[in-house]
Formats: sequence, C-alpha cells, structure tokens
Amino acid sequence: MSKDVKIKRGANINLKGAAEKLHTNTITATEVVLKPTDFPTLIPKLSVKVGDKVKAGSPLFYNKEIEEVLFTSPVSGEVVDIVRGDKRKILEVKVKADAEIQYESFKQADASTLSREEVKENMLKSGVWPFIRQRPYDIIANPKDTPKSIHITAIDTAPLAPDYGFIAHGKSALFQAGLDALVKLTDGKVHLNINGNANADEVFTTAKNVQINKIAGPHPAGNVGIQIHKIEPINKGEVVWTLKALDVLTIGKLFKEGKFDATRSIAFAGSLVKKPSYIRTVLGAKIDAIVKGNVEEGGRYISGNPLTGTKISEDGYLSFYDYQLTVIPEGGNNQFMGWLAPGFDKFSLSGTFFSKLMPNKQYDLNTNMNGEERSLVVTGEYEKVFPMDIYPVQLLKSILVDDIDNMEKLGIYEVAPEDFALCEYACTSKTPVQHYVREGLNKLKKEMS
Amino acid sequence: MKALDNFMQKIKPKADGKFPLAYTVWDGMYTLFFVPGHTNKNGVHIRDGIDLKRTMVMVILALVPSLLFGIYNVGHQHFLALGEVTTASHVCDMFWDKFIFGALKVLPIIIVSYGVGLGVEFIFAAFNKHSIQEGFLVSGMLIPLVLPVDVPLWMVGVATVFAVVIGKEVFGGTGMNIVNVALTARAFLFFAYPTKMSGDEVWINTGLEEGQQLVDGFSGATPLAQAVKGGTEALNTMNASVMESFIGFIPGSIGETSTLAIGLGALLLLITGIASWRIMLSTFAGGYVMALLFNLWGANPFMELTPIHQLVIGGFAFGAVFMATDPVTGSQTNTGKYIYGFLIGIFAIMIRVFNPAYPEGVMLAILFMNIMAPLIDHYVVAANVKRRLKRVSVKA
Repeated sequence: MSKDVKIKRGANINLKGAAEKLHTNTITATEVVLKPTDFPTLIPKLSVKVGDKVKAGSPLFYNKEIEEVLFTSPVSGEVVDIVRGDKRKILEVKVKADAEIQYESFKQADASTLSREEVKENMLKSGVWPFIRQRPYDIIANPKDTPKSIHITAIDTAPLAPDYGFIAHGKSALFQAGLDALVKLTDGKVHLNINGNANADEVFTTAKNVQINKIAGPHPAGNVGIQIHKIEPINKGEVVWTLKALDVLTIGKLFKEGKFDATRSIAFAGSLVKKPSYIRTVLGAKIDAIVKGNVEEGGRYISGNPLTGTKISEDGYLSFYDYQLTVIPEGGNNQFMGWLAPGFDKFSLSGTFFSKLMPNKQYDLNTNMNGEERSLVVTGEYEKVFPMDIYPVQLLKSILVDDIDNMEKLGIYEVAPEDFALCEYACTSKTPVQHYVREGLNKLKKEMS
Repeated sequence: MKALDNFMQKIKPKADGKFPLAYTVWDGMYTLFFVPGHTNKNGVHIRDGIDLKRTMVMVILALVPSLLFGIYNVGHQHFLALGEVTTASHVCDMFWDKFIFGALKVLPIIIVSYGVGLGVEFIFAAFNKHSIQEGFLVSGMLIPLVLPVDVPLWMVGVATVFAVVIGKEVFGGTGMNIVNVALTARAFLFFAYPTKMSGDEVWINTGLEEGQQLVDGFSGATPLAQAVKGGTEALNTMNASVMESFIGFIPGSIGETSTLAIGLGALLLLITGIASWRIMLSTFAGGYVMALLFNLWGANPFMELTPIHQLVIGGFAFGAVFMATDPVTGSQTNTGKYIYGFLIGIFAIMIRVFNPAYPEGVMLAILFMNIMAPLIDHYVVAANVKRRLKRVSVKA
C-alpha cells in the first residue's frame, strides 16, 4: 500500500546556479574532519589522540550517553589535530588522509539473513549508525529503541539541492542491500518517500520490501518531517527513525563489501560557482581543493543548502549529513531606502516586491538580513509555508517561554529545526526560528531524560 | 548616497554614551535612510526581502488615498457650509482652495500626532536600550484620520501620549499591545472630551472670517446622526445616499468618509498581502448580515437602512480595512480571523443601531474584539490540540 501525498503550503526558492547533472571532478581529500557539532545534543568522548593512525572505519570518538554509537574515520591516515573551543569542547577531529585508503573490515553479509542484533552491531561498529536520526528531537537514533517505522526521503526540495536520483542512479544493488538492513530494525514498515513532482529514478521506484510513497509539492515537501506528518503523524511516546536515501547507499556498501566507504557525490552549486555540477569527494572533506579556482570572489561557503546549511570558511570542511556545497554572495552593504525599493531582484513570499510579477525568475540572493530583528508583528506568514497541522507561531512562543506542557500539546515531537527554515526565511521580524526550535528540542530532551 | 552614509557614520553618537537618547534618535534616522547590511549568521543564510519597515510603509501608502480625499473633503465641507459651493457644483470648483484649506487644517494634526508619538517612542527606546520599532509609523497616521477636523491640537497630543504609553509601551511596545493604539487614542478622546468628539459641531470646520456666514439650514451633523433620527430619507435629503456616501463628500472624521478611497487602500493591502483578507472579508460580511437582520426587523427608521448603506456611512469601512486588520491586536490564527472579523461586523452595526449615544459603534466593536481575540485564538488552538490528541485514541 503506498500513499500519494500532495503538499500545498510551501515555497520553492528559485536560486541561480543549480548543479548541472554531470560529474565534473573527483577530488581526493587531503584532510578530513569529523565535527561533533554536527550532531545536536551529542557529548563526544575521544577514542584517539593526536598522532594515532586510523583506518577508514576506525572510531574517532563516541557518544558519552550511549557508548555503542561510534563515529568513525571516513578515511585512513593520521589524526593530526583535535580542535577545541570554549570549555575544551571538541569542535573538530582532523585526519590527514593516506593516498591509498585502508579500510577496517566489518561483517559482510546479506542483511536479510542476519538477526536484528547482528545488523545493529555491524552498523554501530562501522560508524554508519549516526546516519539514522530519530524524531522526536531530531538527533541520532538510540539503538536501544525499536522505532514505530523508518522513513527514508529520496527527494530534496531545498534551494539548489542535489538530485538524489541522479547520484543514486545505477546503484540499485547497494540501495537494496541498505534497505534490507533497515527493514530489520523495525517491527513496523520502512517508508521510502520518493519524488512525486517528476519521475523518480528507477533505483527508488524498484526498491523492494518497503512502502513507496509519492510526495509532490513545493519545499518543504522533501523534509522527512513533513512526509511523516502526512503519512503517519508521530504521537507522544512514539519514535520514528529517519534518514536520507543517499545514506542508505553507504549502509548498503557496508553489508555488501564489509567496509565503511564514506565517499559520496555532492552538488557543488550557487551563483558564485563558475561551473555548478556534481563532484565526487568524501564525507567531511576539506573544501579548498574543490573551490580553488572554481568560484568567484566574495562568497559565503555553506555546507548544505542556504536554508539549513552551516557557514564554513573557504578552507572549511563538509558536514556529516550534507550532500551539498553552496557558494552564494556575502552581503553586508547598506541599502539606501531599502524599505521602499521596488525590488526586482529580491525574492519575497509577500506581495510587496515587483519581483512577484516574474514568477519564473531565478534569483541571486546574498546573505543580507534585509532588515533588523523585531518583535513578532505580522501574522499568517509562517502558516503559508508550514504544511503541518500544527500552529507554528504558537509552538514557537511556547518554546520561547519554556512552557514544556504546551510544547508537547502543540506538536514539538513532530518537528525538526529544518521544518521551520522557510518560516525563518519568510519572517518579517527576522526571528531566528530554527535556533529557537533547536533549543526547545534540547530543553525537552533534557526534561524527559 | 555614499556621502550621506559617510556623514551619518561621522556623527554617530556612542551607544553607551552620556546621551542614550541621541543614539536612539541617530539609529532611528540611520535605519530610515539605510537598511543596515547585517548578514545572517546562523540558521538561514538567505532572507526574504521584506522587513517591518517595508510592511509599515505599505500600510501608509494604502492610507494615502484616504488622507488626500480627507484633506479635500475638509475644505469641501467648509466651503459647502459657507455656501461658496453647493453639492451640485463640479468637484473641480475651487479645487485648490478646498485642498489648501484642508491641508492647513489636517497637516498640523498629523504633525502633532507623529511628533508626540515618535517622541514618546524614542524616549522609551532609549530608556529600554533597544532600537526603535516601526509600529508607530502607522499609528501616527491613523490617529489623525479617525479624528474630527475641529479637534484641538493639544487634545491630539494628550491622546497620543495616552495611547502610546498606556495602550502600547506598558505592555512592552510594538507587537505586544492588547488593543489597537490609534483606537485607544480615539476612545480616550471620545470619553474624556465628548463635546469635542461627538455631536454636530465638530465635523466641519466652520471658523468664520469677517463677512462670512453659514448657509441657511446648516446642521453639521454626520450621516450617522441623521440616520438615527430619520433613516434613509434623512440621509437622502442631506446628500448622503448610498452612492454619495460611497464616494464620500459627507461630514465625518478626516479619513473615514470615502469608502472609495478606503477601497483603493484596501486593494493595495490585499495585493501585497499585508492585511488579512480573511479579517477584511468577514468584517464586511458580519456587518452586512447584522444590517440585513435589522433591515428585516425594521423597528425604527435607522434599522430600515439597506445593509449596503450601513456599510458605507460612518467609520465602518475604515475600521474594517485599517483597524480590524491590525495583526498585533487581531486574531492570529486563520480560523480565528474569520470569527474575529465577523463579530466585529456584527457588534459594530449593533452598537450603532441600538445605542444612539455611541454612533461610532465600529470603534467600540474593534476594541472589544481586540480584547476577545486571544480568547478566540485560545479555543482555535485548543481545538487543534484536541484533534491531534484524538489521533492516538483512534488508533488505540
């Protein structure tokens, strides 16, 4: 039984510089970093020290609260640096890569012949476990839970997002091997949510042992939280695990070949990229080799998409979950009488700019806030881009006043910060909504544990 | 513009200096000229072009037709009272005389409202050490437009101070107020100085110079007052038929008389999406339904007015378009907006018809519903919570 979901509320932000569907380059990263800060609420404990030799798949650090969850090196080489921030918080674990990658070997087996415990153990040891996230809280799944179901999103609707179908094309065997492993982890169903706007790639449409749902509509249709809400909403006490279809490939490789192979294709996009296209690299790769000579001056480098991504420097590193590197112009210039300008070059969800008359225009947006932070005044704009049966503003306000009881009632268990990204984009008062939602989730997690 | 930017940067006072007020004023002025180039740090990297200033400016633009018409009408009513023009003469007769006369009467009220209101805002902003929020840009224009032309300027000042301090700042400033600021000002004057805010004397400026006299049979009453006495017939004799009231050459508060001009503003607000169409639509619907019921009942001449006629006289249209749609004091949920607007319409006509002492029912209706809006939202949200809880029990 599959479901067709059509999402109406939302918006696609049509940015210049979408990646052309071809692989232009394979970049062998010289340095790779794993950032504990990519995993909200994680308290990392180091397993290595500077100077240690590691293989791809050797643990670098682990979760202090759930010690089975390991974070393993994406490449083989030498641990060269451990960057710490305030209060000695671990920010980055740096590994200098060997020219030839050595892999740690893990169990190589058809997952459908293994028990649930064996599958779990293999995934935890090899470091692919953190790809699985859970709702509530939008954090790494707790291996002790048995989720109600698992949702895999095979569509990314964010601005300049990679086409999962293009990256996964022709890798049906790997994909199915990954799915077979995931099927073992739940008593319920594994849902594969595929693109309903266009024809999804056959890798996804021919997947077996899963329920395939078609999702159509504008962003945030690709957000797994929205998909879950439409297909089988989460109630208090329930746990649903989520992951991206591309991560299933990595899991598939583990069971097929017995190694943690963190190489991946990413979309290299944005208006400042000279030739936006797809690039083969590795998880956590240093981006300097990718961007050198390929981008214009004055850009902001974002690991991920412009709505939810992380700001990194031009010699920064890709984040754990990102299949996208975006470069857009950095703002910072004052705009004379900006509040009165006709605004042909600004994309707005309100009707106050003339750009509204050009629905198919591609925009070259910079990082300007276009205003200052204010009290919440305008109503109704969050609701226009928030396709859940949840009142986003009321939920946000309950978070702001630390009202745990109301957060629960208003549906915080179903949401992740990324679901609020468009609200934050649209907000007239420039409220940092995603930040608040993250804080609310952290608070709730603390309260519940 | 670089020169202006450089100049402004040069005279920038210290934020924590001796005169915090100086910095607040500078900041207010600077951000008026330039949208500062702050960039997004965390969260989204790109942002919508709109900000609160632009939102407020759109509302002010929407008020311009009403303002211009109001200025003209002040002059028109004045010369009508003197008998220098008649209702039959062409609109362009003495056009500039009327317009300049009106401007001389209206502009001082606007200046006082903005001057006093912004002054209070600046002081509070400096005191609280935050930047100026733009809420008063609209309130400062709304206050003059809902007052009669003959209101003394000191009263405008006092009312503005009251509205900004008691109506808004005590609750925490822009975005936090319970009741509409402009209506607070009007209600304050209405109850504190009723002789200057109601009756037949205040709506038309009849300041006479030497050798001038009023025309025979001049009354100065508004259509609302006349309608209470004589219904449709009285309105028609005072040249306030449905069409005439719609266009707006009738006595009344400065900006409220022309439903046509208000309609132009409403159009801008709806196209830009600044005002809620839900509230606007449901307010008119509520007013229409109530007026229709009264019309069917028909116990007195006022009740016999056609529903459309009810909607085009008095401040109903102005209130529905510019006051009821205030996002801060109105209902915030989409479902709530329908209920909120509909009840405003109902109450506005009900108060107007049942209580001749308060002809301007729309003001009281909106203030009342402002207070009720959080309650409406509470029940709308509670229904959502209940519906979501039900999902569990259905499955179990």
